[in-house]
Amino acid sequence: MHAALAHAFKAESGRVLAALIAQFRDFDLAEEALQDAMIEAARTWPSSRTPSSPGAWLLAVARRRAVDRLRKTARANDEALLQNLSLLAEGQPEDEAAQEIPDERLRLIFTCCHPALAQEAQVALTLRTLCGLSAQEIARAFLVPHATMSQRLTRAKAKISHAGIPYKVPEGQNIPARLEAVLSVIYLIFNAGYAPRNPALSAEALRLCTVLHHLQPLPETAGLWALMDLHMARDPARLDADNTLVSLKAQDRTLWDHPAITRAKTRLLHALAQNRPGPYQIQAAISALHCEAKSWETTDWTQILALYGALYKRSPTPVVALNRAVAKAHAGAPEAALATILDLEAALKGYQPFHAAKAELLAQCGQPAQNEYARAIALTSAPEEQAFLRRKQQEIS
Amino acid sequence: MQYMALIYAVPNGEEGYEGDMMADYGQFTQDAIAAGVYVSGEALMPETDASTVRMRGGKAQITDGPFAETKETLGGYYLLECADLDEALSWAARIPSAKYGCVEVRPIMVFDQ
Repeated sequence: MHAALAHAFKAESGRVLAALIAQFRDFDLAEEALQDAMIEAARTWPSSRTPSSPGAWLLAVARRRAVDRLRKTARANDEALLQNLSLLAEGQPEDEAAQEIPDERLRLIFTCCHPALAQEAQVALTLRTLCGLSAQEIARAFLVPHATMSQRLTRAKAKISHAGIPYKVPEGQNIPARLEAVLSVIYLIFNAGYAPRNPALSAEALRLCTVLHHLQPLPETAGLWALMDLHMARDPARLDADNTLVSLKAQDRTLWDHPAITRAKTRLLHALAQNRPGPYQIQAAISALHCEAKSWETTDWTQILALYGALYKRSPTPVVALNRAVAKAHAGAPEAALATILDLEAALKGYQPFHAAKAELLAQCGQPAQNEYARAIALTSAPEEQAFLRRKQQEIS
Repeated sequence: MQYMALIYAVPNGEEGYEGDMMADYGQFTQDAIAAGVYVSGEALMPETDASTVRMRGGKAQITDGPFAETKETLGGYYLLECADLDEALSWAARIPSAKYGCVEVRPIMVFDQ
């Protein structure tokens, strides 16, 4: 692809698509029209000058192509429709560069992350429309066959249209629940990139969160942004030369991106000052305490434990209970932590981090832990994490 | 007395139907109107377009698809005229049974003229 075009697509496709969907209320038509405009750009940009505003150019051309497509499918007797289409096409000024692209991405993100869509469909549709990833790319990232992903996208778009899922930003009492859905989709995308290391996906999640915060600055959005930035800041120390995962305890903290940590902390403090705490701000605060500590030993575990308590009050899930127990162990009460963890067995059996944490605590309390490590290793798919657990297992044998 | 006839069938199963199903439905409706028994009737969009709402702890939980609990059975219905799914779901969430059961919201099918 022409370099200017590739760049324009990456930077502008979400915005152009959002504007097209706002106008035509049809995801498929908008995607096809944008595709047409891209083909047109690939044909004309290399030989002539690249437009001064590539996004506005793409939008103007895509609008005309969408109208053409509608005209072709309109039946001859739809006179009113044909007349409207003529008006639409005439309304396009020739000087695309003078056109501002309306930013409709906020509406698009709330529509893609509507709770009436299955969460896996929300994730796929967000990556497809707002990030411009192809169905093939999304399929690869989530390890499902291409046909399955295409079908998931088609079905999600059909449901939006058939069920009347609105293209609008939620208002009033609906905001918190709907924002939560959007943020969890962004964090899911981030983690899908972070854990088995697909940096492009994590970067997309960060970009989405930045856009969301720019369009609608809310404390929880800032909290998630800070949380992801803090994860990224520690990223350079996560793997050693053999590609083995390095535990937080053993990480070389000089490798962390300290200027990025400072920036994230500033953003988090600003969010917390608005006094509307939520799970992402709390998780970011926990992460910030880890980032502040000069060493594992000097980490403020007492405060981390208190923050996990606050998080558990808001989202009383077994996973949060597990993390709180781990913090309790580090705060100096491993026996009490082990008792809590054993109580969680029924709820978390088969959840890899549970077995890894249980093995660690058993070892810490001087109890046999070999079998528990074996269980955790069997449940791990990432080779770097398997290597990490094997090393731990060998340490106690 | 009024009776609601609930039509259960395999989606898109009309391939095995002998004759013209649409025409037969049209005829049935005409017969029912002529006999004075018809109140209202609609076709629904398939369950892939359904959404389900449950009120738990004062919060509406919205999920994709039809209800799954086999113990829950259809106990009544409202036909609501709303601007979009959000409005329909907010009404559905106010139906008392949503607090212990659930309310499935399915769009009415609109036939091309």
